[in-house]
Amino acid sequence: MIWQLDLAILTLVIVTAVATIAVKDLLGCAILFGAYSFLMCLLWAIMAAVDVAFTEASVGAGVSTVFFVAAVFRTTRRTRD
Amino acid sequence: MSELIPLIVAKYNYWLYIILMMIGLYAMIAKNNLVKKLVGMNIFQTSIILFYVSIGCKKGGTIPIIHHGIHAGRHVVDPAHYVNPLPHVLMLTAIVVSVSTLGVALALAVKIYNRYKTLEEDEILARLRAK
Repeated sequence: MIWQLDLAILTLVIVTAVATIAVKDLLGCAILFGAYSFLMCLLWAIMAAVDVAFTEASVGAGVSTVFFVAAVFRTTRRTRD
Repeated sequence: MSELIPLIVAKYNYWLYIILMMIGLYAMIAKNNLVKKLVGMNIFQTSIILFYVSIGCKKGGTIPIIHHGIHAGRHVVDPAHYVNPLPHVLMLTAIVVSVSTLGVALALAVKIYNRYKTLEEDEILARLRAK
């Protein structure tokens, strides 16, 4: 494990998490959550957990984002917080 | 104080996981929108999965795969050279459980929207009390 790369991507993960819950648009929230999941996938590839990494890339960044976008299109994009 | 700072820096990943977990907990408790609450739940789950995978990690460890499988029986593999794959397998199950939880929760949120025409928690509660 390269700790400099680990620390940099972990910082990016926290920035993306804060942006995901702070943005005032649910579609933007869904897309930022996809970015969060993909950064998490990179973090697992760094930690040598390759099986978890490709499961997260397909299930977390793929299927979860599709679920969120589908739910937002069936409901509303507007949110107050 | 001077001996506390190296202790914090040496375990920086655990502190950052705790920050990530608290971000998820804040979103679950304080946000008013149901989809925002679900995002917070997923952030919380991934922080716990990160903690478990990070326990199995070791310095200079390779990925837990035998490189030349055709001679696999002839040499002894030392478990100290590769990272521990047991937390990976357990957390693989947790990822699949988390995405199925998300699917069920989003389906319930869509049903709630069809009935009350809003995703905000306080408006739903006000309409429930008004009945």
